Order: sequence, then C-alpha cells, then structure tokens
Amino acid sequence: MSAATSPQGVRPGSFEADDRGYFGGTWGGRFMPEALVAALDELTEAWQDAMADEAFVADFERVLRDYAGTPSRLYHAERLSQTVGARVLLKREDLNHTGAHKIRNVLGQALLTRRMGKTRVIAETGAGQHGVASATAAAWLDLDCTVYMGAVDTRRQALNVARMQLLGATVVPVESGSATLKDAINEALRDWVASVDHTAYLFGTAAGPHPFPSMVRDFCRGIGDEARAQCLEQYGVLPDAVAACVGGGSNAIGLFTAFLDDEGVEIHGFEPGGDGVDTGRHAATIHAGEAGVLHGARTFVLQDEDGQTVESHSISAGLDYPGVGPQHSWLAAAGRASYTPVTDAEAMDAMALLSRTEGIIPAIESAHAIAGALEVAKRLGQEKGPDATVIVNLSGRGDKDMGTALEWFGLGDAEEGPETDLEQAAEEATR
Amino acid sequence: MTASTSTSVAFARARAEDRAALIGYLPAGYPSVEGSIAALRTMVEAGCDAIEIGLPYSDPVMDGPTIQAAAQQALDAGVRTSDVLRVVEAVAATGVPTLVMTYWNPVERYGVERWAADLAQAGGAGLITPDITPDHGGEWIAAADAHELDKVFLVAPSSTDERVAMTAAASRGFVYAAAVMGVTGARDATSDLAGPLVRRVRASGDVPVAVGIGVSTGDQAAEVASYADGVIVGSAFVRCLLDHPGDEAAGLDALRALTTDLAEGVRRAGR
Repeated sequence: MSAATSPQGVRPGSFEADDRGYFGGTWGGRFMPEALVAALDELTEAWQDAMADEAFVADFERVLRDYAGTPSRLYHAERLSQTVGARVLLKREDLNHTGAHKIRNVLGQALLTRRMGKTRVIAETGAGQHGVASATAAAWLDLDCTVYMGAVDTRRQALNVARMQLLGATVVPVESGSATLKDAINEALRDWVASVDHTAYLFGTAAGPHPFPSMVRDFCRGIGDEARAQCLEQYGVLPDAVAACVGGGSNAIGLFTAFLDDEGVEIHGFEPGGDGVDTGRHAATIHAGEAGVLHGARTFVLQDEDGQTVESHSISAGLDYPGVGPQHSWLAAAGRASYTPVTDAEAMDAMALLSRTEGIIPAIESAHAIAGALEVAKRLGQEKGPDATVIVNLSGRGDKDMGTALEWFGLGDAEEGPETDLEQAAEEATR
Repeated sequence: MTASTSTSVAFARARAEDRAALIGYLPAGYPSVEGSIAALRTMVEAGCDAIEIGLPYSDPVMDGPTIQAAAQQALDAGVRTSDVLRVVEAVAATGVPTLVMTYWNPVERYGVERWAADLAQAGGAGLITPDITPDHGGEWIAAADAHELDKVFLVAPSSTDERVAMTAAASRGFVYAAAVMGVTGARDATSDLAGPLVRRVRASGDVPVAVGIGVSTGDQAAEVASYADGVIVGSAFVRCLLDHPGDEAAGLDALRALTTDLAEGVRRAGR
C-alpha cells in the first residue's frame, strides 16, 4: 500500500510525504551524510516492497497478534467519562507485550531487518522503552543488538538497562553532548555510518530522515486503524476527537493516520510542557519551537538564535526530545491537528486520576494525553452532550514510572502514607 | 572585505608543483575565538594550502570524539555563528582559500542567502556540508551560485556510481572523499577504500578530489597524496590543541610541527 504513488509522487490523502520524504513539500526530507544515503535508499526500497508484499503484511499481522497481543482493546472508561460528561475511550496499547505501542514499530523494523539479510540492529533510547522493545525483538529474531542510551538516562533508568541486558542486548552509555536521548541518536548514527553494511538502525520514533517518519508511521498505524473500526463497531459512530501525547510522535501518528481524512474528527496532540512553556524548561517542540533541521528532517526544533539544539525538559523521559516527527509539523502547519502543551504537574494529576477512577496506572507519557483529552472531552460534552466521544491513546503502562511517581507524590512509606494529597491531585485533573 | 579565493586556486597551485594540496581543519572558537585564529594562521604559515573552519554544532553526527570535544568546549565558551565569520575573515586575509565546514541547521537558522552573502563578504571560499547532499541542497546551491562560493559535497565508499557522478557535477572547488565508513578521527592505517573511490570521482569529471581518512602523519599524507589531489587533516590538528590545554605556545608549536611534517608528506609522494 505504501508503494502506491501517484504520478506526482504524492499518495492519495494530502498528508502523505512525496517520494523524497517531504510532507507538504517542506517538512521532513533527508538531511543526512552521503555515507548513509545508500542504506536509506536500500531501506526505503525494502520497506515499500515489504508493504506491497501480502506475505510480509500477513506475517507482520500474525506476529503482532500472537506475540504482541494486538489488536489492543478500545475500552470505555466509564467513571472517567462521568467526570467530564462525555464518552472517553482508551486505546489500551499499555496491554501490549512490553507495555507500550512501541512493540509494533520494532517488530515491523526487525522483520524488515531479517528480510534485508542484516544480522545486527542498533537503537537509541531515552527512558529505555524503545531500547527494551528493540532488545525484545532482537532476542525474538536472534539478531545482535546494541542500544545507545544517554549516560544520564542509564543512571536514572537502571531497571530498563537491566531488562535490555537480560534480553541479550549491549547497552552503551553515551557521555557526549547533554548525555540524553538526542545524543544517543547522534551516537547510534555514528555507529551506523561505520556498520551500515550489516546493521539496521531501528529508529524509535516517527522522526529522522526519510523513510523513517513514513515507515514508522506505517508500522504504528494499526493503532488508529483498529481504534476506528472498533469505535464504529462498538458505537456505530466515528469519534468526535482523537488524542495522543507527542514526543517524537510515533504513538500519535499511529493513532491519527486512520482519521486524517475524516474531516469531522478533531485531532489533538499533547506536548510535554514541563515546568510550563514560559519557564523555558519544557519539550513542547511544535508549540514553542521553530522550523529547523534535526536528525535528518526539517521539522520544529527547540533551538537557540544560532540554530544550536536546546536541551528539552519533561518529567516523562519518553517525551523529552527537542525535535518532533516531521509529519506532525506538517499537520500543525496545515491546521489538520492541534498541538497543545501539558505541564508535568497536569500530567501527574492525570496519572493519579486514571489510577483512582479506572484502576489503570498510565505511563507518564500517556498521562499527558489523558490530561489534555479531558479538556477536549469536557468541551465536546458541553457542545454535543454525553455521547460525544473521544479516543485517547493509552500508549503505555506506568510500571516504569513508579520511581518518578514515588518521588512526585511522596509514596512508598506505608506508615506515613503519601505526602501529596492524591485525592486532590486527581480532582485537579478534572478541573 | 577580503575577496573570496576559491579552493580550486590551491589545487591548481599544488598541481603545478606536481603535488597534492594540504587542507587543514580546526573548529572556530577553540580554545577561544582569538586562539583559533592564531592556530589557523600558524597552520597557514607552516604549509596548509587551504583551511576548513568548523562551525561548532550541538549535534555533530559525523564527528568522532576528538572534534566533538573541541567543538563542545567552543560552544560551552559561548562561540556564536558571527564569531565563525570573524575567524573566516582573519584567516582568509592570509590569501589562503578558507572554507567553512558546517552542519546545516546553523546555516538555515542564520538565513541561507544572508549566510552566503556574509561568508563571501568575509572572504570565505565556500562550504563543506557533511549533512547536505546535492539532491537535498537546492537552497544552498542557489545561494552559493549567486555568490560564486565553493560547494564541497561529500562522497563515501557506499555511494553508488550514479551518486558519485551527481555529487561531482554539483560540487565546485573540490569533492570531499570521506574514504572510510565512519566518523572523523585519526586512524593508524589508511583505508584501501580510498583509492577506488577517488578513481570513481575522477571518472565522472575533472573537479579535484581531496581525501579525508584520519590522516595524522607525513607518511600517511604521502600515501594519500599518491592518488588524490588533496589530503584533508582534521582530528590530528585538533589533538595538538587538546593535548596542550592552557598552554597556547606549546599548542602552536605542535601545530607547526605537524603541519610541516604533513606538508613535507604531500610533496614526497611519488606521483
């Protein structure tokens, strides 16, 4: 399906990239060293061939079903819905194997790696989620796996380092630059330049040079395709809005894609607002960044006057990235989707709320989507009544975030109880 | 204002002497803006035929640890894009062709047309663009053409013949053959990938080919000079400065000695 292009190189649906990887003629592209162009061309061809090959697509679907546990459920969160006066449906990607949507992307890319005859994969990771997913897929397909992770992150996410090691991956701490996700990407690219003949780079999000934004989107779009069909089947209508958190943007584009041509469906991305956009400590790239080139794509970038990348901040390591997938930049520029910052505090309130109303502890990434979606749901409930429907991508589960929650809420002391009033935090989220 | 001198002048001069050209690299602003000017002028005095000035960037995906370290220190010390132009002006005033090597985003941010105009005004020869290929470099190509600046694009051992030809045709000044599959950095042994790559570029036009391959000694320079029009040395020069922190005189002495050795090397090759 992805190989099908019109004579102009633009596929049906105006939000696709052209053959050179540009969305809307401007966003994306391939700003990369010549040394990697042959590999990116090889990857583009392999991906397009694979997506046009029924056997590959069937294999991918089988693996997603039998190994990763998809399709994930679309769950009506009734108590949460009552608090906002509209129907809130959660796309339960947190129940997938490895606990997040990311397994879809890595299984797709790993199957493609095998199809290309390569024997080694590399990956970057921030908090470790994509690293764990990559190590999982590598173990399952018997591929060598090296994961680059900022040294700051390996220290704060030792448990995920251990997971990757247990799965057989080598974790390399990256000390250069700010020693976080963007530097892990730089280091993985440096590895790839030297190893490209036998190594595939499992890029962790729908960003980077062409074909990654479109390819990762294709591997994640099952989220939205499933949710759209489930919503129609369960409620007989399309949702009024869909919502997801946006760091690099793979879970969001995975949800949004199915709805891009449904003009009546609002599309909302929620960016990490950190301490608040006006404090400068945030990762709200589309809301507060400016157009530039980072990691091979033209997109919104947090940068200074000289075009140097500025360090981002978010309580959620998975959203803590100073760039964003170029298709999101295009959807924002074209006005098809809106992108709004959600602060650390708002996300943590939503984490408390979902835990207490639904018995679901979300990843802090996904809590940003919950927080933002509740605002949307309240507005739609007022406009359209209680049948107004919002689908929220619950992109990951919160187990990995318990250290952060423990610190934020002051949990863990059974005699003293939490230091924060969790009841009040949950109430804040519905205000 | 200093008139721009295309790098092709340096290659023509070297060719007239039946030798390869020596091209030396340092990032601007390390150890300081003034310090980098002194260092680059020392390299010119000791025998570099052309100079590449690195524009320090936060996300240098093609650079190894040595250049990363110096560039990061320059950024930490607050070097600005405007400082880089000041270094260009001071070095270009020596009359030696002076290029800037830069990742793309700082140029896009500065404004491509404005950058080309200001670079030409400063006497800069043009740009080496490690993360821009001609097929995604339309804006730069237009600006460079308007200001008659060198456009130095890279080829790699992995480049197809079609891409080598396309890149050579789009380049002005010279073609940069990044002849090892890997990031910048000094290497003990030269690569057997370089010779064939140079031959492929030559087969597609008469633009000079310079090789960047981790050269750090006169002997390695002589070997590369036996098949290429130019020898590019970066990390080894940076290392001279990194090894003498806080001692400018010692750093300059090391640069002078290395340049002399390399300049002798590019003249020694049996051609």
